[in-house]
This record gives sequence, C-alpha cells and structure tokens, in this order.
Amino acid sequence: MQFIQVSDWLLDIAFLLYVLSSIVFVIAMTGKNWAGRDPKQHEAKYGRIAYWLAVIGFIAQTGYVVTRWIGGGHSPTSNMFEFMAFLDFCIILAYLIIYRIYKLTVIGAFVLPLGVIMLAYSYVFPKDVTPLIPSLQSYWLHIHVTTAALGEGILAVGFAAGLMYLIRTVPQTVSTKSTKWLEVVLAVVLMLVGFIGMESTFARMDQKTVFEMNKETQNAMGQMEKAQAEYTMPALVAPADATIIKQGPMSPLFTAPTWMEGKDAARKLNTMLWSVLTGVVLYGVLRLIFRKRLGALIQPSVEGIEPELLDEISYRAISIGYPVFTLGALIFAMIWAQEAWGRFWGWDPKEVWALIVWLFYSAYLHLRLSRGWIGAKSAWMSVIGFVIILITLVVVNLVIAGLHSYAGV
Amino acid sequence: MDQRKCECGHTNPIGTLLCESCGKPLDIEIEEQTAFPDMRYEGMARRSQTYTKKVIDRVWNWFSSVKIAIGIIIVILIGSAVGTIFPQQQYIPVPVPTEADVARFYTETYGKLGTIYYELGFHNLYSSWWFVTLLVMLGTSLVICSLDRVIPLYKALKKPRLNQHKSFLKGQKLFAEGPMPEGAKQDELLANAAQVLRKKGYRIFSTDRALMAEKGRFSRWGPYTNHIGLILFLIGVLMRSIPGFFMDEYVWVREGQTVAIPDTPYYVKNVSYHTEYWSESEMPEKLDLKGGVIPKSFQTDAILYLNKNADLPGAKPDLIEVKSGPIVVNHPMEHESLYLYQSGVQEMQLGALNFNLIDQKNGNKELGLIKVDLYDPPKEQDLGNGIKVRTLDYFPDFIMGADGKPATQTNLPKNPMVALEIIADNGKISEKMVYLQGSVITQKTDPQFGLVIRKPDLIDITGLNVRKDKAVPLIYFGSFIFMIGVAMGFFWQHRRIWVQFQEDDVMLAGHTNKNWFGLRREVDGLIEQTKLPLTVEEKSKA
Amino acid sequence: MNKSNRTYIRVAVLGLLLVALVFALYSSFVKDPNAVKVGKAAPNFSLQQLNGPDMALSDLKGKGVVLNFWGTWCEPCKKELPALQQQYDQFKDKGLVVVGVNIGESTVAVEPFVKQFGVNFPILLDSQSQITKLYRIGPIPTTFFISPDGDVEEIFIGQLNEAMIAQKVSKILP
Repeated sequence: MQFIQVSDWLLDIAFLLYVLSSIVFVIAMTGKNWAGRDPKQHEAKYGRIAYWLAVIGFIAQTGYVVTRWIGGGHSPTSNMFEFMAFLDFCIILAYLIIYRIYKLTVIGAFVLPLGVIMLAYSYVFPKDVTPLIPSLQSYWLHIHVTTAALGEGILAVGFAAGLMYLIRTVPQTVSTKSTKWLEVVLAVVLMLVGFIGMESTFARMDQKTVFEMNKETQNAMGQMEKAQAEYTMPALVAPADATIIKQGPMSPLFTAPTWMEGKDAARKLNTMLWSVLTGVVLYGVLRLIFRKRLGALIQPSVEGIEPELLDEISYRAISIGYPVFTLGALIFAMIWAQEAWGRFWGWDPKEVWALIVWLFYSAYLHLRLSRGWIGAKSAWMSVIGFVIILITLVVVNLVIAGLHSYAGV
Repeated sequence: MDQRKCECGHTNPIGTLLCESCGKPLDIEIEEQTAFPDMRYEGMARRSQTYTKKVIDRVWNWFSSVKIAIGIIIVILIGSAVGTIFPQQQYIPVPVPTEADVARFYTETYGKLGTIYYELGFHNLYSSWWFVTLLVMLGTSLVICSLDRVIPLYKALKKPRLNQHKSFLKGQKLFAEGPMPEGAKQDELLANAAQVLRKKGYRIFSTDRALMAEKGRFSRWGPYTNHIGLILFLIGVLMRSIPGFFMDEYVWVREGQTVAIPDTPYYVKNVSYHTEYWSESEMPEKLDLKGGVIPKSFQTDAILYLNKNADLPGAKPDLIEVKSGPIVVNHPMEHESLYLYQSGVQEMQLGALNFNLIDQKNGNKELGLIKVDLYDPPKEQDLGNGIKVRTLDYFPDFIMGADGKPATQTNLPKNPMVALEIIADNGKISEKMVYLQGSVITQKTDPQFGLVIRKPDLIDITGLNVRKDKAVPLIYFGSFIFMIGVAMGFFWQHRRIWVQFQEDDVMLAGHTNKNWFGLRREVDGLIEQTKLPLTVEEKSKA
Repeated sequence: MNKSNRTYIRVAVLGLLLVALVFALYSSFVKDPNAVKVGKAAPNFSLQQLNGPDMALSDLKGKGVVLNFWGTWCEPCKKELPALQQQYDQFKDKGLVVVGVNIGESTVAVEPFVKQFGVNFPILLDSQSQITKLYRIGPIPTTFFISPDGDVEEIFIGQLNEAMIAQKVSKILP
C-alpha cells in the first residue's frame, strides 16, 4: 500500500521535473540571442541545467517503476496508464542514451516536451493498481511489453530528430508544400495535446452525457437490449437514432450519419471532433500571437546545428530501435501468443498494427540504404513512422476492439 | 561475355561501376564527388541489371529490384491496415456462423460500409488469394534480391582493395590530402598509423606505401542473414499447411466427462474445473469494482489418455493415461507435439436434477433420492422397497411444438422437461409426473407419491483448445536468425580507412556503411596521434 | 558462370517459388483437407445402436447406405424421417440400408421419439458427436449416399422428400 503511494508521488515529481526541464531546454535554445549573452555559453549553461533536471526526473521515474512493481506485484505494464507511463520512461531512457553519444542540447528541447505529452496522456487513464487477470499472468508480460515499449521509445527519439531536421532545413521564407505539411504535423501534435487536455479536464468534472439507442441490439451475453453510449466530453454529435437519458453540459449540435452504426462510433467521432477542434484552436491562437508559421517560430532555436548530424541521429535511433521493436513487439509477442493461445499469430488488430509499424520501418530502411533516401525524405518517413506508432498505441487500443484493448476512453 | 578493361589492366564484367582491381570508377571521369558511384555493392556488377533478353530474366530482374520489394511491402502494409477496419470473421461474436449469418452481422453492425466490406471479402482478408499472393511475392523478392546481391558482394569483400586509384580515394565522403611532413619517413608513418588503428580494433592490410585498415566486415552480411531468417520464417508458415503439421481443435468437456479429441488418438477428461478470484486482501490497492470481481485463475484438472483403439472412430476406446495435471491459462498441458490450452468455460450449468420421493399418504415419508443425469438420464432406477422410477420422456431444452406436442430446441439441457413414472407394489401402483421449469405436475389429482425438488447438480464445462504446430521450432529459429542478422547489420559497422602515399602527397580516406559520426571521430584521433598534416573534409552526399 | 547455367538456376529458383505460391493458394482455399468429399471413400466408424450392438460402417459393405445425421430438435429432420422410413421399407430387400446417426442425445430422449415416428431402420447414437465432427456436419439434416463399395456418391444438406431419396438411392443400389 505504501509503495504505491510512494510510486504515485515519484511519478508526479518526475512529471514536474520533465516540465521544468522542457522549459529550461526551451530557454536554452531560444534565449541564445538575447541581448548581452554569448550564445554558446548560454546554450551550454542552460542545456546542462535542463539535462540534469531530466536526469533527476528519470531517476524519480525509475523509482516509480520500481516501487509500483514491488507494490503491485507485477511490472507496471498491465493497463493503459501503466503502459503509457512506461513508454514515457523508455523515451526518456532512449534520449539519455542518444544524448550521451551526441551531446547535443537541442535533442532534449524536442524529446522532453514529447515526454511530457506522453506522461500527461497516461494520466488520462485510471491509475488503479489492478491484480493481473489470468491471461496476463506470465513472465512474458514483462518481457514482451517492456521490450516493445523500449523499441517504441527509441523510435520516438528518431521521430524527434527527424522533426528537428525538417524544422532546421525546410526554408521558411516562402510558403511551400513542405512548410504546409510541417505545419500539419505540428497541428497534429497540438491536437494530441488538445485531446489530453480535454480528456483529463472532463474526466475530472464528471459531466457525462448518456444516450440510449432506440433500436435493440444483441449484447455480449446474447440478450437483446438497448445499448447505451456514455460520453465523457460534451456531446457535439449524437448517435443516429438515439435519445438522451442523461443531459450533459451541452446538447448535441448534430447527429452522426446513419451509416456510422457501430456501437461507439458516434462517441469516438465526438472525441475526435473535440481533439481536432481544440488542436486547431490552439494552433490558431499560437499563429495569432506570433504571426508566423510555427515552423518559422521554432526554426531559430535549431539554427547552427548541422542538418547531417540530425539526419544521422534520427537514422541511428531508428536503426537501434528497429531491432529492439522487432524483438519485443513481434518475436516475444509471438512466443507469448504461442504459449497463451497456442497460435503465434492470429491477425488480431494489435498484432496487425505491430506488423504495420515493422513493415513501415522496413520500407524506411530499404529506401534509405538501397535507394539513397537520406535527409528530408528520410526525416518525413521517420515522422510518418511515429504517427503509425501513435495509431497503434492510441487508436487501436481505444477504437478497434481486440484481444489487447485494455481500457476505453 | 562482354568485358571491360580498366586502365590498370584488369578486365571487369559488364555492369561494373568501380574497377574490381584498383577501384577506379569506370565510364565516368569524376571531377565532382556527387557523380562518384555508390559504394553499396562496392561497385560490383549485379547480374540482374545486365541481361534482360529472356522472359525468365525479366521476371528475375523485376523481383530483384529493391524498388519493387518496397512496393510489395507498402501494398501488404495497406492491405493489413484495411483488414483492421472491421473485425475479421474469426473475431465476430457469431457462434458457428453460416455465410448468411456472417453477411447479416456485418450489415447490421456496421451498416452500408459493413456490407461493402463483406462483399469485397475483407472479412477474411488475410487468407484471401491476393493477400497470400502478396506474401509469397515478398518471399520471392527476398530470395532473389538476396541471391543477386550477396554473390557480387562476397567477391568484392573477399579481396580487400589495398592500392586504390586516386580517384577512388577522392570519391570517398571522408577524404584528406596533404604534402608529406618534412623529414618524415613513409614506413614509420605507416607503422605508426597501423599501431594506432590496431588499438582501435582494425585489421591492417599494408604494403610499403599504402595501408588499409578494416573492421566490422561481417556486419555487411547482416542484411543477408536477416533475409535468410525471414525466408526460414516464411517457409515455416507455409509448412503449417502440410497435413499433420498443424491442428486446431476445440472441445467442451463437462466435469467428470471424458471426450475424444478430434483428429487425434487422444481423449481428455475434465476431473474438475474451478475459477479463483482475487480476494480483497490480496489486492495491492482498494478498488471500486462496482460489485464485480477480478478472476485470478481459470484451471481445469485434466487427464490425457491415449486411445489404443483409435483406428476405428467411435468404437469403444481402450484408454491408457499418458498425462495428468492442471491446465491453466498461460500454462498449457503438453504431450509430445500436442498442447491443450485453457480457453473458455461455461460455469454453473445444469448437470443433474435431484428429487426426494415422498409418500404423501404416509406423513410425507421420504422414500429415497431420485437423480436424473441430464446428459444421460437413467431408464430406470431402483429405490428399494419395491419402488422403481422410470424415465418416460426427456426434452433437454423444452419448447411447445407447433403441433401442440412437447419438443426440444437443442440437445443441451438448458430448460429440461422430464416425465417420470413411479412404480410400486410390484406394478400395482403406477403414477406419472412431469418436471418442468422448477415445478412438478402430477397426473393424478390425489397421488400417493410426490417429488420434493432438491438442489440440482451444477457443473462447469471447460473449453479446451487443442493445438499442434510442428512448424513453430522453424519459425522461432527463423526469427532468431533474423535478430542476429539485424543486430549484425545495425549494431556494428563496416569501417575502412585508407592511408596512401602517392608522389609526395599523403592521402587519407575513410568509408563506413553507417555512423559517419563514429568514423569521423576515429579518423580525427588517427590524424592527431600520427601528427599528419591533414584536415578532413566531409562531403555531404545528396 | 555461363549463360545457360544462369538460366537454369533462375528457372529452378523461380519454379520452386511458383510451387510455393500454388501450394500457399491451394491451402488457403482448401481449408480442410480431411473433409468428406463426393467420390472419396466414406470414413469408417463404429457406433452403438439404439437398443442393439455396435455397428460399423464397414459391416455394410456391399449394400447401398443412406447415412442420415439428425437430432430430435431439428424440425426438417422430423419431417424427413417418414420419407426415409418409407424408402427403407421399399428398398431394404434390394440391398439398401438407411442408417440414422443421432447427434449427441441420450437414449431416453431418442427412444420415445423413434417409437413415435415408427422408425425401424438402425439408429446409431453419436453421444459425443465424434462422428458428427469426423463427417464435418454443419446444418442438419445432412445425408450421405454411400455406394456398395463404400464411396460417397452424394452429400445432401437439407430436408429430403421421397422422390428425391428414390432418385438418389437408385444410384447406390448394388
């Protein structure tokens, strides 16, 4: 009981330190050109502070992993909250390793905020320590999930470096296809931030809207009943052919098209609309305040860094992350599946998406090694690759039901 | 065969980019480094690129192209993603579906899109002809790409290029050139450099005026090793279709029952089944489960038998026990290549009805216990004292038929109706009574005998998945080889450093297949320690 | 390597891969190689008769066999029983046997039912549905028409009437 309390505190401390570290990293990168400063010295000084904040944060998070493992009796990888927090742990770990090799301050300025977003996302899910259900009682749970998360963490660093490469190299003087797509990527990141913000806010306010379908359908037990849809967020879209049985903070503006007949299709559409909406609003506000493209806004902070180095870091991270990911997310997964279900592969959606990630990075490596896709093309691929990982982690768990889905939001 | 002669005197096969002997680029006199040929296959001729006359060669060349391989990967990727939009047929909650049921499920659950999905056959996407074809094409591409590249690469790496043409060195990404330092001796410098590089783990090849240091050559075999692993994996997958290699059966076994495992000479007995739940004291944290419980284990205590009389299905089995023990989720029972997995349960199912027969005319005196096994009701039971009970009629899943006669809906005892006849006094007394839905109806208005309903026997029916997969060892082995290959290729690099003296100049060049950052550091270290008057220029290759 | 050698190797490799493709496609279409098929021998089995000794399919060699899988809960099976009985009466002296395989029911449930319909052809009790699985029975009734030398002549899923039975039986009489 106490261990779990301690682990909660440690994770909060880690979160706080990551936030601080991100801020200091941003100061280190943007404050270079403040009056009366030597840019190099400024970057080195603040970079060091930020790095050590991240290190202490990482130690705290390691403490969280250890105490929660002891307190819960199993590795903290058994539900969505634990998994996302662990993935965050792996991202920071991968960052620290890459930083030791390349000693480049700017990596932290990109990876740490990503770490903050991922950890904040984990807070959206219930934090209970639940005992393991029979299907998870296997040492393969620890081996498979931790290795897969580590692989994904390293690939995330590859994404961060790729994104940096793009921000560094895409010319911001004129509007081009590249600047537009870069803005889209940044807007998507903001949508993720928006989703996390909305979800955690409304989950705390407990302002649910509940709909009941007018048509009876067969439930999991084979009985006929009127299915219900529970919205955490205020309802923008009502399910087709349904009545409200518990009013939320606002009445729905329109109904979902009738072809969206899946049980939770409308709720998912609603969540997605809110995420897109908040992301767009956030993006718009930022554009209004700074009056330039976000890419152009960030670009000065990565000036003076050799693009080749960023390209190499991105490739290096992916070439290390790819084998780890293959081992954890595919091979160990297959061995466990063989032991638990007697088939190493069953085309379960989560399995398929792990395969998709693997195929994508295989294509990346072939394009890079055989067809000379380096630089911008390769950086775009690393960004898309991470988007696919996010789809695997977020969409597949929450939207497509399968053997792996832990919890619904 | 067409041959091409280099100025050094070596004849190269057609398609060669860098002379096999001296490394001088053929065909192009390079002034700009961007025109310098790629170092991927060491500038060797790849056979596939050279002959295109016959159909067989065209097909071969098509599969030999990495561009095509990437294309196949991308199409498989998109196809796989499409298959996750709606659940595949194997995951839909329709037990023993007919085609019509399946079609209806997709339409009713997912609307118009569901219908289209079903019509296009996407509900069985991963076993569709086009998906299987794509996978085989990927395998084909793996085999041909590897064959086509590994041979020239082997030839190239077998003979390390020591004395390289100046333009070869100049063409490298890492290159430096400078005049000989005053008073320095060539052989001393070379020996010095060799020592420094040897410490860094390089293998040294040298002549009196040139040196080549090489390390991590084996990492060049990484891609081919991992491709071999993948090919083995795919062969393993294909092998599962050979009869006898793969089996997948499901049996439901009641407690106490022994059933045959289809397509095998084995029988399995469910001795007992139980589900355990986590108690509150075991939970690390107090949870609000809203009245629910969290299961801790699903366990069947089972005995596996071998039927000595298995040649004739259905014949009386001659069983010998081969294994017994628990079957728990994640811990299957294993016997030779057969595995039994705990995979489902129907708990608290009606197993037998219990009644107390009473003499209503004698102060409700208990006359004995009547047990009606619902899976095999006894024709007649003897309660002693001259009392016999006959089972006249039995409908396991009662329904009133359209003709007004009782009937059954299934062969499972979900809603049993039993008609019993009590015979006493050597057949002088005969009373009939019917049990249905928790009550007993007697034929006579004033019967002597009555039935008191007792707690029925409730049993658990365990669902066991029985599987055999003889291809698994090969599949694991293929995965293992794949991992070794990727580790070789990605965690090590093939680095080469050349130091040469030409006329009065010293020249240094470096090449690696990845991690230029690391190579650069080693080259810088070399220059510093040997005090060569060189500055390295790193050219970026677009 | 000379030119013709190269061609041979390429043909061999591509041929092997083509075989792999055909095999993969074949096995993804023919999901169940053990299924009972028309033209193939009907798998032998032995089951206990209702109120009688065990009976094996091989015991019936030399006779035409109508193998009918049924259950008391199945309406079309009920409707088809009289037709089967009628045809049995008509052809049993000409070497026809009708065999009803009851799927997973108890003697007590089957016996009164059979009596009620006046069925007197042999009824086998497949109490563990073992033979039902062996013959890959889906919807019932399913009827197999087996020739005197033990080959499956026809498989019919659904309710049969007298005319249909008579027509199919004519093909399997010895």
